[in-house]
Amino acid sequence: MSAATPTIPHAHSAASAEPWVMPYKGRVGMYSLILAESAIFIIFVIAYIYYIGRSTYGPQPKDVLEVPILASICLLSSSFTIWLAERALHKRAMGMFSAWWGGTILLGLIFMIYTALEWKKLIYQDGLTVSTNLFGTTYFCLVGLHAFHVIVGLTMLSLVFLFGLMGKLTPNHTERVEVLSLYWHFVDAVWVVVFTVVYIVGR
Amino acid sequence: MGDEGGPGDYLPALNEKAAPNLRYASDRGSDSALSFPSKKLIRSLRAAAAGLSVLLLTSSAYAINSATSVFSRDATPASGSYSLQLFVYAITIGIFLVVGGLGTYAVIKFRAKPGDDKSEPVQIFGSNQIELSWTIIPILIVVVLFLTSARMIFAVQDAKQPVNSVKVTAIGHQFWWEFQYPDYGFTTANELHVPVSDPKTPTPTFLKLSSADVIHSFWVPRLAGKTDMIPARVNEMWIDPYKPGMYLGQCNQYCGTEHAKMLLRVYVQPRAEFDAWARNQQKAAADVAEARAGRDVFESQSCINCHAVKGTIANGRFGPDLTHLMSRDTIAAGAAQNTPDNLRRWIENPEVFKSGSNMPAMNLSPEQLTQVTAYLSTLK
Amino acid sequence: MSDSALPLLGGVRDVTIDHAPPRVTSKGTFLETAHSWVVTVDHKKLGIMYIVYSLLFLVVAGIEAMVIRVQLAIPHNTFVSPQVYNRVFTMHGTTMVFFVGMPILIGFANYLIPLMIGARDMAFPRLNAFSFWMSALGGVVLYYSFIGGVGLSNAGSAPDMGWFAYAPLTSKAFSRGHSTDYWTISLLISGVGSIGAAINIIATTICMRCKGMTMFRLPLLAWIYLVQAVLILVAVSPLTAAQIMLMVDRYLGGHFFDTQAGGSAYIWIHFFWIFGHPEVYVLVLPAFAFANEIIPTFSRKAIFGYPAMVAATVAIGFVSLGVWAHHMFTVGMTSVSNAFFTLSTMLVAVPTGIKIFNWVATMWGGKIRFATPMIFSVGFVFQFLLAGLTGIILSVSPVDWQLHNSYFVVAHFHYVLVGGILFMIFAAIYYWFPKMTGRMLDEKLGKIHFWVFLIGFHLTFDFMHIPGFLGMPRHIYTYEPDRGWGPLNMIVTIGAFIQSIGTLIFVYNLVHSYFKGKEAGPDPWDAWTLEWATTSPPPSYNFAVEPVVGSRRPLWDVKHPDDLDSQWE
Repeated sequence: MSAATPTIPHAHSAASAEPWVMPYKGRVGMYSLILAESAIFIIFVIAYIYYIGRSTYGPQPKDVLEVPILASICLLSSSFTIWLAERALHKRAMGMFSAWWGGTILLGLIFMIYTALEWKKLIYQDGLTVSTNLFGTTYFCLVGLHAFHVIVGLTMLSLVFLFGLMGKLTPNHTERVEVLSLYWHFVDAVWVVVFTVVYIVGR
Repeated sequence: MGDEGGPGDYLPALNEKAAPNLRYASDRGSDSALSFPSKKLIRSLRAAAAGLSVLLLTSSAYAINSATSVFSRDATPASGSYSLQLFVYAITIGIFLVVGGLGTYAVIKFRAKPGDDKSEPVQIFGSNQIELSWTIIPILIVVVLFLTSARMIFAVQDAKQPVNSVKVTAIGHQFWWEFQYPDYGFTTANELHVPVSDPKTPTPTFLKLSSADVIHSFWVPRLAGKTDMIPARVNEMWIDPYKPGMYLGQCNQYCGTEHAKMLLRVYVQPRAEFDAWARNQQKAAADVAEARAGRDVFESQSCINCHAVKGTIANGRFGPDLTHLMSRDTIAAGAAQNTPDNLRRWIENPEVFKSGSNMPAMNLSPEQLTQVTAYLSTLK
Repeated sequence: MSDSALPLLGGVRDVTIDHAPPRVTSKGTFLETAHSWVVTVDHKKLGIMYIVYSLLFLVVAGIEAMVIRVQLAIPHNTFVSPQVYNRVFTMHGTTMVFFVGMPILIGFANYLIPLMIGARDMAFPRLNAFSFWMSALGGVVLYYSFIGGVGLSNAGSAPDMGWFAYAPLTSKAFSRGHSTDYWTISLLISGVGSIGAAINIIATTICMRCKGMTMFRLPLLAWIYLVQAVLILVAVSPLTAAQIMLMVDRYLGGHFFDTQAGGSAYIWIHFFWIFGHPEVYVLVLPAFAFANEIIPTFSRKAIFGYPAMVAATVAIGFVSLGVWAHHMFTVGMTSVSNAFFTLSTMLVAVPTGIKIFNWVATMWGGKIRFATPMIFSVGFVFQFLLAGLTGIILSVSPVDWQLHNSYFVVAHFHYVLVGGILFMIFAAIYYWFPKMTGRMLDEKLGKIHFWVFLIGFHLTFDFMHIPGFLGMPRHIYTYEPDRGWGPLNMIVTIGAFIQSIGTLIFVYNLVHSYFKGKEAGPDPWDAWTLEWATTSPPPSYNFAVEPVVGSRRPLWDVKHPDDLDSQWE
């Protein structure tokens, strides 16, 4: 019906002379992922809240849970250190970057070690497993889901750390590093919710 | 929406009961709809509007007389739902006629004519006034619909329970119904009996619904809407039937293999008849000397693990209570008529009536089968 | 392979640059062709694979539907056993929603969005390929269940607990063997695929627009897919979470849905419908998207009320997140909750109504050409109107107490899914097939397909409403002869057979026209969006130079330089 060779539009207007800047796709993608992850966490949090006090037998939260203050401080302050690392990268201070970035990983590791010890105590001392009662099921699922996200985050952070040590990391990668730190901030924010629900409301 | 609404609230024609046996909505309904997707687009679209409304009206006219029709004035809350349905259908059909008419007009009027030049029509990008009007008018319709339905929701769900109401606890099982009458102290199965209610001194039946295994749903369309039976949870509903008779229903929430054969009957009886029935149900099982052999077989087999017979050692709860089995018209939750022959075949091999039922084949000898059947036949 | 003199600007580094169109690559050996499709990260090839894969499953699930209809044609039929029937209807529903509806619509998004916004690929081409293969794997896992377990007799261990799998029917106690596990794992896998695809759609629509393509110049299709992708993120994720809980229950002895240990069957219903209802909009929004492109093109007019259309789409997205419990009017919620969800459900009708009115207004004053895509779209508008109105009927909870889970509901949602979505999928295939293959689908066969399918559709689904009025519940493998449902079900079954004949005509048309169809040229419909500004099929880099647009209808501007759209913005 029409011409065999297509015409690609090339509109001329005042606006078309201006530079055409789009948001960074990695950041948009990460925000989308965070939205999806939030929905998953919300469902687990709702299930946790709904089942508070409904366990008919077995250990109850107030008997066995201890508030992980130190671990929480470590994890939350890692949000601050990663922000400092980002700032160092902006200033092209690669040494500072590695130091703060390494500090972030260390704080995350402390958190994970604490969680491991807590689980060891719950399982071996208090006899609470995922199949013991509703509290066990919801507790291990919610805290475990968060811990899984911390592990994924730590793995990614360590990769960047290694690249940094090998000198492969340049300020060109700033945007990608920022996307990763966005994820880390999300993991920390989720912990605030999990902490409130599990150790304050549910205890 | 009046709850009981006098006859002829919305569509008076529908209340003139057509021939009593017009259960099948198919015959006339098919004529009106078979014709409407005709070969020509224009005619088809025009007919679609008319055909569908005719279809809805004729089918509902027939549906009034079906044994499981949702268009019923035999009980509250079903009659309230009936009036509300007519109101909602009238509104939706009206909307369909208006919007469908406009669409049909546009499709016919603005089609490209063969002799047309190749120029493009006038480009119109929108109109705030028009768009605002067709935002606001639907909102007004929604408000009206919502207020009418909210009134009905609160009237049904928040109804007070009168002191002289009958209380029944209904428990769903895979794939049968258990009915407990706590005020009378007996349990029966699959066939619910309730007294008819006099509008002057209503004696509605209030049901507490739960489940022993998976989710079921209690639905007798001519009496009331459905309510789910959920394990570890108690739901409530009530029925206030005006007309004696037998009402059919069935499980309405998929509950496993034999969901389709989890049938239900409700017998609405005059008060005296109901009281007589209840007195009989309260008695212990009959103990007839001639059926002693069958009773011995029954009690020595695993029958008693699942079935209860009041006055004997049988007190199982997984299957229906058999104390007054012969007072019921059906067995296997309505899958078969309750005749001695069917009973025998059912005990011999439940597969013949209900292939996924949880009742096992008992592997009885023919003689034992005869004895057990004879024994069960005495449980009047 | 870049032997071309064409300037390849930014955005193509991640893409395999083989700009030979699909038909030309088939000159290689079969293995080379197959390899090129398996390893591709090209959004067009992935889009086509999504569509072909979904059409295959459409045929499979259609055969399952026919089994259902044959079984129900007469009362007390023994065509299949109850066990097989329950597996077949579960597989039919699961397949149609997750392995036909979702992937075919995501496939169109994949194919069309980059072309329509003037981009050279999706934002994350490798994530795109990953998402496709995850979705495909999910379908394969689900269908492996037919040969898993005890093998093919009795339909293997195919899931048999209904597509919404209400707890505790899925617990170890009531679902022995692995049928529930196949269902759970397959939906988890394909859910990952859907979430990946949604992230990709969002990032592409926001970040890959060509110069001049501001958000308010986006084609409505892209806008609607943007909202749909957000809905996928917030709706499919809860399903994923619920599936994880179900797996924990089944494999680790958890108690989420264990009613014996204080767990709740009730909360699964909530979780499922928090996913399940937005899912309906995930499926129906793309149908709106196709209508928004096809109706203006064939009415020869711009879409009426573009800003209202965008606003209505966003409104539907938001409201649809707050209506899920209208699937739960009978589970014993309080009267206040029932009233709330009645209201919120009715409110969805307002933005949906705006869309229908705007389509009618778009046709109003136009010069409508009734090509096959357009007649399917007109059918869609009328049928979707009816489906929406039966939806209003069901939103009134006292009415829903009667009609819930009856055949009226089955008819209602098939009216949405077949009369609405499938009709628009057919329209979209007729409309964009020329772009995808370079050849037109046969118009005459297309019109026969339309009329046969339309008659079958109305015979099936108009008549399916009536058994609902007469008290016929869904999910039953047989029914009693004295209920009066028999003749109606026979009509429905006959209609279903007519629909399958229509579908066969369509499949024949696809195959025939792929080889023998008329050459399409770049712009066979004289349309206005950017995908028609490149060859059919487009080269792998889509556009030889990146387009710059100055209005919502860039090709209108090209065709009417004296009457630019931008003067009306």
